[in-house]
Amino acid sequence: MGKMKYKFLEHTADIKFQSEGKTLDKAFTNAGYALLEIITDKEKIKAIKKKKISVKGKDKEQLLLNFLEEFLFLLDSEDFVVGKIEKLKIKENELVAELIGDKASKYDFSNSVKAITYNEMRVEKKGKNFICQVVLDV
Amino acid sequence: MEIKKISKYEYMIEKTGKMKVPVRIFASEKLIESMKQDETFKQAKNVAELPGLIENVVLCPDAHMGYGMPIGGVAGFDLDSGVIAPGMVGFDINCGVRVLATDISKKEFMGKREKVIHDIKRTIPSGLGRGGKKYSREEIKQVLKKGAKWAVENNLGKKEDLERTEENGCIEGVKVEDVSDRAISRGLPQLGTLGAGNHFIDVLEIQEIYNKQELGLEKGNIAIMIHCGSRGLGHQIASDYLKIVEENFKGNISDKELVYAKIDSDLGKKYLSAMRAAVNFAFCNRQIIMHRIREILEKYFPGKKTKLVYDIAHNIAKIEKHLINVKKKEILVVRKGATRSFKGQPVLIPGSMSTESFVLIGKGNEKSFCSSAHGAGRAHSRSWAHKTLTKEKVKKILEKKDIVLEGGFKATIEESELSYKNVEDVIEVTEKANLSEKISKLKPLAVVIG
Repeated sequence: MGKMKYKFLEHTADIKFQSEGKTLDKAFTNAGYALLEIITDKEKIKAIKKKKISVKGKDKEQLLLNFLEEFLFLLDSEDFVVGKIEKLKIKENELVAELIGDKASKYDFSNSVKAITYNEMRVEKKGKNFICQVVLDV
Repeated sequence: MEIKKISKYEYMIEKTGKMKVPVRIFASEKLIESMKQDETFKQAKNVAELPGLIENVVLCPDAHMGYGMPIGGVAGFDLDSGVIAPGMVGFDINCGVRVLATDISKKEFMGKREKVIHDIKRTIPSGLGRGGKKYSREEIKQVLKKGAKWAVENNLGKKEDLERTEENGCIEGVKVEDVSDRAISRGLPQLGTLGAGNHFIDVLEIQEIYNKQELGLEKGNIAIMIHCGSRGLGHQIASDYLKIVEENFKGNISDKELVYAKIDSDLGKKYLSAMRAAVNFAFCNRQIIMHRIREILEKYFPGKKTKLVYDIAHNIAKIEKHLINVKKKEILVVRKGATRSFKGQPVLIPGSMSTESFVLIGKGNEKSFCSSAHGAGRAHSRSWAHKTLTKEKVKKILEKKDIVLEGGFKATIEESELSYKNVEDVIEVTEKANLSEKISKLKPLAVVIG
């Protein structure tokens, strides 16, 4: 799974996190894992099924929002929970990735994330690393 | 920032800078201090910059920081010059509360408490594919148009339930084509589900009756309180329109979460239509959940009667008639974490997991566009809760108060009373500021959370 680099920050009503990566691809992947930690409440998800996704956005921020929203969409509409994010590639404002996971209803967690918000959202390069900052509505 | 005291329970932030109207705050000194701890006032001032506002932006006694618009915020807009921002209503469109009164006594209930609460937890899915009935796209589309009426037409409720629901459980003006396929896909498996986070089902004892009304509430009996909203369908509609409105936005505002469209523009109309679809879905959702609970009560307490006290929305935008400058006028009222409080209408204010809830009666106070507080209001973050509390500590509080809880570890920690403000403070100001009047106090006996 590689090294997961993200941290949660203080926020009164909601959940805020920052992810990091040497490349934009890695920073996005780690943002995905941060979201999954909240969705699954750290439950281990088995690798049973693979789904390829392709997401677009008018800029990097919207691309991140649309990418993360895909996890909520798959969970609600297809009962699919992601455990592993592979081969995530960003080209211009398009992202492709392989999501590996399982039937969500087999697990005990109950997702409390309602939406990915634009609030304080940032995608930027800081020194050598790329940083993504996201606030989740819970 | 200057906060001017008008009276013991009313404060004002005067118009400065880009603000188009002042901010009126209904609070005590204590609650004002607590609002100062986060960005409640800054967010209210950002809202006060929007075009077409009428009179003032209002903060209810339970106001706290949200995003875009603060929770506990109310704003009225002129239909011609005003705007609508999807971020004002927020993601959980028509999150709301309903209370079902019963003639089951506390004593009768306590004898079967564990069984009943376990049955409720098992029967009402939290909503991740576990046990939820899957409806067809066509059925969901009917729900979007008809709201709780659809449930009653399909034997999931009584006609009189609709009379005791805000807007009779169905808001007009929905074009289903304004709702994305993705939103409908998320809604398909979630009709009749509770969701997680702060959504709950409570069984409460009617502990006090302050003012007898024909609502079905009798001291010593139990009542059921349901708190939930439009689930993934509403969240997706909000997300969809935030993106579209942001892409088309050309104005200048202090907070990107408040991107808006004019109410009378094509986009403004489309958002309002889709938002109303989510409103209807949520009314129907709470109706179906209540129906399932009625079935469970009938099983354990055959022959006992139930009566819906009321159902109110607390995240919504609605066209209502209000008294503006001594004239009745149609305006768009946005309530975010605030409930309607028309004269004589029941107002429901839940406490936190282990504190009392209240039923009140609206006073129709036009200073707040006839609005009232909606809850205790969060005081501490979820991460604060995880750092500070343990499940054992929360369990001890529940044991001491003799409350049974059915819920996961996460929600138990995050939603304990220690993370919330004191609901009694909110109720005191709500009454003293003449927003609504106390009718009954209800004490929790059993709680189901996601």
